[in-house]
Amino acid sequence: MNIVTTRRICQIFFFILFLWFCAVTTLGDQWWQLRGWPVNWIIQLDPLVGLATLLSTRTVYAGLLWGLVTIVLTIILGRFFCGWICPFGSIHQFVGFLSKRKRSIPEKIKLNQYHPGQSIKYWILIFLLSVSALELAIDLIRLPESNRLLFGILILAILTLMILKAVRQTQVSPKKTGIVFLIFISIWLLLSTLFNGYQTSAASLQIGLLDPMPLVYRSINLVILPLVDRTSISISTIPRFYDGIWLIAVIFLTAILLNLRVPRFYCRFICPAGAMFGILSRFALWRMGKTRNECIDCHLCEKNCEGSCSPTSQIRINECVLCMNCMNECRHHLMTYQIAPSASGEIVSPDLSRRQFLASAVSGAATIPMLRVSSYLEGNWDPALVRPPGALPEKAFLSRCIKCGQCMRICPTNVIHPAGLQGGLEGLWSPVLNFRIGTSGCQFNCIACGNLCPTAAIRPISIEERLGINRYAEQGPIKIGTAFVDRGRCLPWAMDRPCIVCQENCPVSPKAIRTREVFNTIDTGSKLIVAKADALYIEFRGTGPDMNQLATGDYYTVVLPSADHQPRRIVSNWERGLRIADGLPFESPPEPGSRVEIQIRLQQPHVDPKHCIGCGVCEHECPVPGKRAIRVTADNESRHQEHALLLKR
Amino acid sequence: MNLDPNSNRLNRRQFLDRLTKAGISITAACAAGFWLHDTKGPTLSKDKPSNLVLKDFSIGALGQKMSIVRGKDRKATLRMAINSLGGIETFIKKGDRVLLKVNAAFASPAMLSATTHPLIIAEMTELCFKAGAVSVVVTDNPINDPDSCFTLTGIADAARSAGARVLLPRDDLFRPMTVKDAKLIRNWPVLYKPFTDITKVIGMAPLKDHHRSGASMTMKNWYGLLGGRRNIFHQDIHGIIMELAMMVKPSLVILDATTSMMTNGPTGGSLSDLKHTNTMIVSTDQVAADAFGASLLGKSLDELPFIGKAEVAGIGTADYLKLKPVMASI
Repeated sequence: MNIVTTRRICQIFFFILFLWFCAVTTLGDQWWQLRGWPVNWIIQLDPLVGLATLLSTRTVYAGLLWGLVTIVLTIILGRFFCGWICPFGSIHQFVGFLSKRKRSIPEKIKLNQYHPGQSIKYWILIFLLSVSALELAIDLIRLPESNRLLFGILILAILTLMILKAVRQTQVSPKKTGIVFLIFISIWLLLSTLFNGYQTSAASLQIGLLDPMPLVYRSINLVILPLVDRTSISISTIPRFYDGIWLIAVIFLTAILLNLRVPRFYCRFICPAGAMFGILSRFALWRMGKTRNECIDCHLCEKNCEGSCSPTSQIRINECVLCMNCMNECRHHLMTYQIAPSASGEIVSPDLSRRQFLASAVSGAATIPMLRVSSYLEGNWDPALVRPPGALPEKAFLSRCIKCGQCMRICPTNVIHPAGLQGGLEGLWSPVLNFRIGTSGCQFNCIACGNLCPTAAIRPISIEERLGINRYAEQGPIKIGTAFVDRGRCLPWAMDRPCIVCQENCPVSPKAIRTREVFNTIDTGSKLIVAKADALYIEFRGTGPDMNQLATGDYYTVVLPSADHQPRRIVSNWERGLRIADGLPFESPPEPGSRVEIQIRLQQPHVDPKHCIGCGVCEHECPVPGKRAIRVTADNESRHQEHALLLKR
Repeated sequence: MNLDPNSNRLNRRQFLDRLTKAGISITAACAAGFWLHDTKGPTLSKDKPSNLVLKDFSIGALGQKMSIVRGKDRKATLRMAINSLGGIETFIKKGDRVLLKVNAAFASPAMLSATTHPLIIAEMTELCFKAGAVSVVVTDNPINDPDSCFTLTGIADAARSAGARVLLPRDDLFRPMTVKDAKLIRNWPVLYKPFTDITKVIGMAPLKDHHRSGASMTMKNWYGLLGGRRNIFHQDIHGIIMELAMMVKPSLVILDATTSMMTNGPTGGSLSDLKHTNTMIVSTDQVAADAFGASLLGKSLDELPFIGKAEVAGIGTADYLKLKPVMASI
């Protein structure tokens, strides 16, 4: 079989696998729903996710170790991931193919010429990695302060290396080297005093913005599948909604439509993962190349060159995505995949100057501290940022979340949504709960999101930990926020209407919403005066409320003056009188001339923050349709000691 | 005639061709403008009053009947209660298509008794098939996420394994309905479609405390047929329960008080909210069933105004003893 056909089959396989994984990320008991399908596998294969979280957290979480397999294979084979595996790359390749299908051969060749702008992706990669590595870098700079011993060993090691090098090479001037070394050490020592020990964490992770795997997962999960839900092939029982996905959709569509201009635009110019593979492929054992330098310069090999890596002349190994189209096109079989370098020469390192590298690295390192000056992680935190249960404290969370949208996809009630700016620009598209969308609040016996999260930004908690039972009884249930009653909007508080839907739906036991009974006197228009009465009936002098207006079971009457002031429930009424319930008749019938007050019995909801877990079922069910009369904010969430609301008793 | 190929003047044929095309385009544009011209602008459309009603599923010849069986095994008590009223054949005939309206309101496990127990749903389904029913449908419009509710309560599993079909509340199953003489259910979306090809309806409810209405029993169970933003009906909870009972005339109601939720209703959430009251109530009169259920919760009828209102509306009898209920125990 032709190698290009093999590649196409491989691409189609991984693309279908990817779509399948997206589709089965649905909670349910059908075989095609989530039941051990390794739905994160394609994200995990992306080593950029692994590397970036390694820099920001200094660990490689669970399945992210798969990235190592890709790294090893890339070092052996080159950028195979881009040309053979990446589902986003496959989309680009296909759209690019459609757009250039009818063009002439010279035009196609022209489209695939190397462009200096292709080095932009390396800037992006360095920028994003330096965002992740900042904390690590600061710790390294602080080494003389924090760990003298390690610092000493490091200096000794560097000295030894330099001496060894000096012994081997003759041109080294010991004096010059010594001065450089001393300057280097003194700068390090000086810098180390800049950062003090209780410096707040600076780790963040922004790789998810442009890393192709989180990007394509997010776009399919939050934009494409909800559209599919609205057709007859609905995957979710109830069509899904996601708040504010327009930006995600715009970026996804732009990335795809750019292929109409330049094939694989995203891969060539933007993709940070591609850039990483490009750097790794510098050492690739096998690579594309010409077997002879002499050729007729027909440039046919560049007709369908996906990476635009100039195979005709000096091939750019770091741009080559191993599409192998050149092998197919060359009529003279000059192109091949071999261990020897190309006969026409090759360029192995990216087109990136030291100045560009430094500019990207420094701006990346400066970005997060600069954003955080606005204090959204300190006193100015946004209480609307209600994170899913098991979410790490915000700083740790931000050092892990890759914005892939897996939690939003799996959430059975569709309450997890991509954040706008609630978590600052840094928290864009990270998960936040919106209780007005979805089929219910956050189900208190559900732990799906944390168990799916590929980077443990949401920890994989157990049901016991979530509910605070068995060995977690001491610490109590996980709280994601607290509900607050808006007394100006609540029916029983503000409008003399019975309701307490929030109390009814509060899922915890004992309920976190309690009610207090009050009897409010209502305005009946004119004063009601007793004309005559017996133990159960009162007749008015004038006319009272309309027929059976007071017969709902919630209206009571008190006659003034009376001995007991006890409200008695009204069973029925007509224009000139009313009847009370049999259970509590008047002991002595009210005197004619006494005043009749009509009261409504209300149960007014109160939230007990001790029991409230912030699940938001109350907010979801509140019958006040616009801005709800009970709303959850992140106050008292368990993940932050400093957001606590109550004194521990 | 212009025969010079280099001249850019039109020849007659070209001119006529162009004239025809221009004429057709102008006519089409004018015709479209004429037909689609709207002089009035849109008016706010008023919903047409709905004239849909649910059929009367009650078994007229039977009259009001009730059976109260005490025992711990809910399958056995259910079977015995039905037998004491003349056996399942009294209610279900060959060829019947049965709808079981269960309470699947919350996504919590069956042991917390916030929902109809899957065991009696399976048992009832089997009994219906035994009596010759051709189909059994189990449905509800729950409060929590429907999928999670039917799955986590075990209802979906139990119903399917007994051969019943589980119907999740999709938007297209709802129709606006108006109940005769009702104040509240007027043009309100109701889970109507499942009832259209059904011959018998059985309501199956657990016995639960309910902070707003006092208790959630067989009449309150019909709340799960309402769609839309039904929570606003809590402003007149007793009125809506009465109207729901007016709307549905069931063949039979079953009130499962084997384990009753005494506190923290209607969600419960803890075993400490429950009490083993070990009773199964089967009745053709939902008011009587609820009146008896109230006594198990330790509530007087005075605390549950909806029962009195339903009786006044002629739906049933609050004094259940008048029905001469069959009392038995296992």
